[in-house]
Amino acid sequence: MELTDIWFLLIAVLWTGYFVLDGFDFGVGMLLPAVGRTETDRRVAINTIGPVWDGNEVWLLVAGGATFAAFPEWYASLFSGFYLPLLLILVALIVRGVAFEFRGKIDSPRWRRNWDRAIVVGSALPALLWGVAFANVVQGVPLDADHEFTGTVLTLLNPYALLGGLATLSLFALHGAVFLALKTTGDVRVRAAGLARGLGVAAIVTGGGFLVWTFLAHDRLWTAVPVLVAAGALIGTVVLNARGREGWAFLLTATAIVAVTVTLFGALYPEVLPSTTDPAFGLNTTNAASTPYTLTIMTWVAVVFTPVVVAYQAWTFWVFRRRLGAADIPAAAGLPARTDRTDEPVR
Amino acid sequence: MNLDLARWQFAIVTVYHFLFVPLTIGLSVLVAGMQTAWYRTDDERYLRMTKFWGKLLLINFALGVVTGIVQEFQFGMNWSDYSRYVGDVFGAPLAVEGLLAFFLESTFLGLWIFGWDRLPKRLHLACIWLASIGTVLSAYFILAANSWMQHPVGSVVNTERGRAELVDFGAVLTNSTAVGAFLHTITACFVTAGMFVLAISAWHLARGQHTEVFRPSMRLALVTVLIASLGVVVTGDLQARLMTEQQPMKMAAAEALYDTVAPASFSLVTIGSLDGSQEVWSLRVPRILSFMATGSFDGRVEGINDLQAAAEQAYGPGDYTPNIPATYWTFRLMIGFGLLAGLLSVAGLWLTRRRARRALPRWFHTAALAGLVLPFAANSTGWIFTEMGRQPWAVYGVLRTADGVSPSVGTPLVLTSLVVLTLLYGALAVVEGYLMVRYAKAGPPPAGAATPTASDEPRPLAVAY
Repeated sequence: MELTDIWFLLIAVLWTGYFVLDGFDFGVGMLLPAVGRTETDRRVAINTIGPVWDGNEVWLLVAGGATFAAFPEWYASLFSGFYLPLLLILVALIVRGVAFEFRGKIDSPRWRRNWDRAIVVGSALPALLWGVAFANVVQGVPLDADHEFTGTVLTLLNPYALLGGLATLSLFALHGAVFLALKTTGDVRVRAAGLARGLGVAAIVTGGGFLVWTFLAHDRLWTAVPVLVAAGALIGTVVLNARGREGWAFLLTATAIVAVTVTLFGALYPEVLPSTTDPAFGLNTTNAASTPYTLTIMTWVAVVFTPVVVAYQAWTFWVFRRRLGAADIPAAAGLPARTDRTDEPVR
Repeated sequence: MNLDLARWQFAIVTVYHFLFVPLTIGLSVLVAGMQTAWYRTDDERYLRMTKFWGKLLLINFALGVVTGIVQEFQFGMNWSDYSRYVGDVFGAPLAVEGLLAFFLESTFLGLWIFGWDRLPKRLHLACIWLASIGTVLSAYFILAANSWMQHPVGSVVNTERGRAELVDFGAVLTNSTAVGAFLHTITACFVTAGMFVLAISAWHLARGQHTEVFRPSMRLALVTVLIASLGVVVTGDLQARLMTEQQPMKMAAAEALYDTVAPASFSLVTIGSLDGSQEVWSLRVPRILSFMATGSFDGRVEGINDLQAAAEQAYGPGDYTPNIPATYWTFRLMIGFGLLAGLLSVAGLWLTRRRARRALPRWFHTAALAGLVLPFAANSTGWIFTEMGRQPWAVYGVLRTADGVSPSVGTPLVLTSLVVLTLLYGALAVVEGYLMVRYAKAGPPPAGAATPTASDEPRPLAVAY
C-alpha cells in the first residue's frame, strides 16, 4: 500500500469522524425548537452537546489541514471551486459556535430566541451543504488542465448533489434525535424519540436513494456492502428506537454514517476530484499528493497522536455520560438585559 | 483587482482573529495560575478570581475559535495557487497544529467548563492547564508555518512540479525565525492578558468594590505586564536582528531608509513625502538603528535603493519594495504602544509598592483603563508590519503574493466573502464588546458561593449553557 493510499484512507477516516461527531450536534441544533418547547427543555438539549461540540468540530479542522498537507492540489481545487457553499458553511459555523456560548449570557427571551435561530440555521445549513459538496466531489466537477474549477455555483446544484444534501440533512437530524433520546430524560427524550421515527423514514428514503444512485453510477461492486450496511443500520435504528433501546439506536445511526462515507470514498478512489471536462484533467491520489517525505512525517505524527486524541475525547464522553433532565439544569446565570432594567436610578 | 480584494480579506479576517487569540493564550494561563493558587491554598479569593476571569476568557475564547476556522480555509478559497505551490511544506505544520493543539484546547476547555462538579479538583485543574498548553502549542505551529513564509528553510523548489517541497521538517520547526516569532508573540500575549486584567481591576478598584478580588488581580497583572514587557523588548531585539539578516528590505522599509548608512540613526518621527522617499523633518536618535539591526552601534544598515537593485539582479525586473509609509508607521506604533504598556506597569508597581493599602491616584485608574487599547493596537500593528513588510513576496524570495491568488475565483465571489465576513465580524465585535463590558462590570461571584465538590450524585450541574 502506497503512502498516498494510506493518506486517502486517513482523510476518509477524518471526514468520517467529523460526520459521526459533528453530525449529532448538528442534529441536536436543528431539532432545538422541535424538542424544546420550554426554555428549560431547550437548555437540556443544548447541554447534551455542551461539553463536546467544540471538540467534535476540530475533526473538520484536522481533516482540512490534513488535506492541505497530504493532497495540496485537492485542497486548492476543492476550496476555490466550492467557494460559495464553503463560505456559507463557515458563516454558519461561526454564528452557531458563538450562539452556544452567548445565548445564556443575557437573561432575556428575545436575546435567547435570536441565538436559538442562529443555532438552528447554523446547524441545518452545514448539514445540508456537506452532502451537496461531497456528492459533487464523488460525481466530479468541471476542471481544466490546471485542475482549476471552471463551473459556477449552479454547476454544484445538480439533482444528484441536492439529493446528497437532503440525505446528510436527514441523516444528521436522525443522528441528533437518537442522541437526544439517549442523553435526556423526560419530555425531551419522549419528543426526540418521536421525531426519530419520522426522521428515520426520511433518512431511509433520501439516504437510500442517494447511496443507490452512487452505487449505480460507479463501477465498484464491493460498495454494495456498505450500501446494504447503511440500509440495515437505518432500518435497525427505527426498530430499536421504537423499542426504547437508545444506545443501540445511536450506535446504528453512527454505523449508517460510517457506511455512507465508506460508500462515497469507495466510489471515489483512486480519484480525489474527478474532472467532468476531461478525465485526464482530474485529480487522483497520485497527482494531487505531497512528496513521500511529507507524507512519511505526517504518517508518524498521525500514528502516534491520533490514538491519544481518540482516547481523551472518548474519556470526555465517559465523564459526561449521565442523562440530563430538567432537574439537572441550574437556574439561568445570565445577566439581565439592559432593556429590562427600568428600576435603575438616574445618576 | 482580485489580488487587492483577496489581500484585504486576508488582512481583515486575520487581524480580527488576532484580536482574540493573544488574550485567550495569556488569560488561559493566568486563569490556570489562579486556579492553581486556589487548589494549593484553599483561599476562596482565588476561586472567585478563577471564576470571574474564567468567564471573560470563555466569552473571548468563543470568538477566537470560530474566526480561526476561516483562517484555515481561506488559503484554499482565495489563494489556491499559493496552496498548490506551498502545500507540501506549509500544510504539515498546519495539520500538526490541528491534531496536537486544537483537539487539546477544545476538548479540555469543554471538560473544564462543564467539569466543575464532575471531576476531582486535581483533574479539573489539569484540564485548564492542558487547554492552556493547547493554545500555546497552537501558536507555535502556526508561527512555524508563517515563519517559513518569512524565511523559507528545510525546503527546495521543484521546478518540474512547480512547487516547494519539504526536505527537512525539523528545520521548519526549529527555524530561527519561528523561535524568535514564538517568543515575541507569547510574551506579547501575556502583556495583552495582563493589561486586560489590569484595566478591569482598576475600574473596580476606582469604585472601591470587590477589592479582595481585584487587589490581588491587579498585582498579578502588573507583575505579568512588567515581566512580559521586558520579554517583548528582548525578543523584539532578537527578531530585529533576524529580520535584518533574513529580510533586509523589511528592516529598511521599517525605517524608510533609502540609502545605505553606517552608523544608522533611528527616527522616532519623520514627516516626509507620501511614498516616504523625501524627508521634510525628523526627530532622530543617533546609532540606535545600527544597534537594533546589527547589535553594534556602528553597524551598517542597507537602504531600500541598494536592496531594490540587488533584488532586481537576483529575481529580475520588478518592484521589490513594500509600502513604505505603512511599514514605517506600523513598526513605530507597535513599539510605541508596547512601550507605553510596559511603562504603565512600572508606574503601577511603584504606586503599589510595599503593598501600600492607600488608594491609588485617580489618574492611574484612568490610565489603566485607557491602556486596554495598547496591547491590541500593538498586536495588530505588529502583524500588519510583519506581513506587509514581506511584500511583494508571499514566501520570501520564492513566491510572489500576486502569483498565489486563486485564478478561477471571480471578483464577485471574492467581493462577496469580503463583504459578508466584514459585516459578520463587525456585528460579532459589537456583541462581544457588549458582553465583555457587562460581565466585567458585574464583578466576581459573591463570597461564600458553594465551593465545588466532585461526586457522581445526581443533582443540578454546577455550570451549564
